[in-house]
Amino acid sequence: MQDMSEALGLAIALIASGDADLREIVALSLYVSLSATLFSCLIGIPAGALLAVMRFPGRGALVTLVNALMGLPPVVVGLIVYLALSRSGPLGFLGLLYTPSAMIVAQTVLIAPIVTALSRQTLEDLHTEYDETFRSLCLTRLQVMGALIRDGRFALVTAALAGFGRAVAEVGAVMIVGGNIDHLTRVMTTAIALETSKGELALALSLGIVLMAIALGINALVQSVRSGAARGSYA
Amino acid sequence: MPDDVLPAHARLQAAAARADDPRRLNARGIALSLAGRRVLDGIDLTLGPRGVTAIMGPNGAGKSLLLRVLHGLVTPDAGEVRWGGQPLSLAVRRRQALVFQTPVLLRRSAAANVDFVLRARGRDLSARDGLLRLVGLDGRGATPARRLSGGEQQRLALARVLAAEPDVLMLDEPTASLDPASVLAIEDVVARTARAGTRVLIVTHDAGQARRLADDVVFLNAGRVVETGPADRVLRSPGSDAARAYLSGRLVLPETPSETPRS
Repeated sequence: MQDMSEALGLAIALIASGDADLREIVALSLYVSLSATLFSCLIGIPAGALLAVMRFPGRGALVTLVNALMGLPPVVVGLIVYLALSRSGPLGFLGLLYTPSAMIVAQTVLIAPIVTALSRQTLEDLHTEYDETFRSLCLTRLQVMGALIRDGRFALVTAALAGFGRAVAEVGAVMIVGGNIDHLTRVMTTAIALETSKGELALALSLGIVLMAIALGINALVQSVRSGAARGSYA
Repeated sequence: MPDDVLPAHARLQAAAARADDPRRLNARGIALSLAGRRVLDGIDLTLGPRGVTAIMGPNGAGKSLLLRVLHGLVTPDAGEVRWGGQPLSLAVRRRQALVFQTPVLLRRSAAANVDFVLRARGRDLSARDGLLRLVGLDGRGATPARRLSGGEQQRLALARVLAAEPDVLMLDEPTASLDPASVLAIEDVVARTARAGTRVLIVTHDAGQARRLADDVVFLNAGRVVETGPADRVLRSPGSDAARAYLSGRLVLPETPSETPRS
């Protein structure tokens, strides 16, 4: 067990030396969470646009449900996806459990509601503004949704980044469906949990620093997207 | 400036004599209540296929609402709107365009705003530059639409609806709160659009604008048509008390003291 300052020194040295284990873990984390973000956007943005534009019975309840799903506990998502992917589960034949693909599925389930709910809110506000103009132009629903997504693109990037931030920082879901297997499914958060419990604070802390840097980077990116949008009066 | 980008129109010239000309309006018994208040009260309106009609009247008279009913954006409680003998179907409405008092432009460049409508109507994008030139925005195509001045935004809104090649162009106080140069620029395009064959209906508070643009005037008060006639006659010597009071600048009090919706 090292003390705090010693661990911090080792952690910085580890990052500076470009340690192979560290790089591998960071790379897998980014691969899993970016993939989950991509799939969540492919699902969540069209779903958000549909909810923003369509009026049907039960829509209010559906919006409430999607909003509630934003707060899904990662361990519960992990458990549900584990049950679905385990050998006796409905998707067991895919043989995905304890692979990065299973982790992508779990994180997609976790953050798709976030991307959907944030997209719905953004696009509905935009739709309220554009509605009369679009109805006057007699656009089809598909044209309306396409125009809303394109004009809401900066806010949608923010929604995607919010989803990515949640995915890359969660530990419960990837731990359960990935198993934290060295060189296979070990990502930053599961590695931090493991190394801390082993007392290997240097690696844990160096991963923590990288994770915090990513979180800060996401915030900076959101800020610059927002100010870029405002500069072009596209916000 | 070239007029060849304007909609029209051997087709419209040929249609003018026919009863099914899509520019012929026949509205019967239009009535609408909002929040318990009668805002349109049995409006009958027949308009021929050519020219510019100014819809005038005090705030709360129902002018903007009538325009929306005629375009099918608002469904009346009673009455029927027919264009060229046809009820307001999607096909009829697609041949019409409405310019709003406050333009809602897409969060894109000026050119992309015009392209959007050209694409939606399946037209070639090569028409874009001519339309921007028509409204005096040539060279501004790459500017974000919402960075344009108020007058430029309204001209862009006009170019955008003209991209749909409408048979009927409706304008809801398009020059309210614009400077005189922008007003004249917009009036010029509207006048040329009308000369090219498009039927124009314009809601305006500006008697000068009605005089400059309109062939005839429909005067509304408290949700009713109180006077119609040739513009120079109605504007010079109005026959109704309400129009006389309005045009002479005297206050016309609403019949019921309640919140009045935007006219």
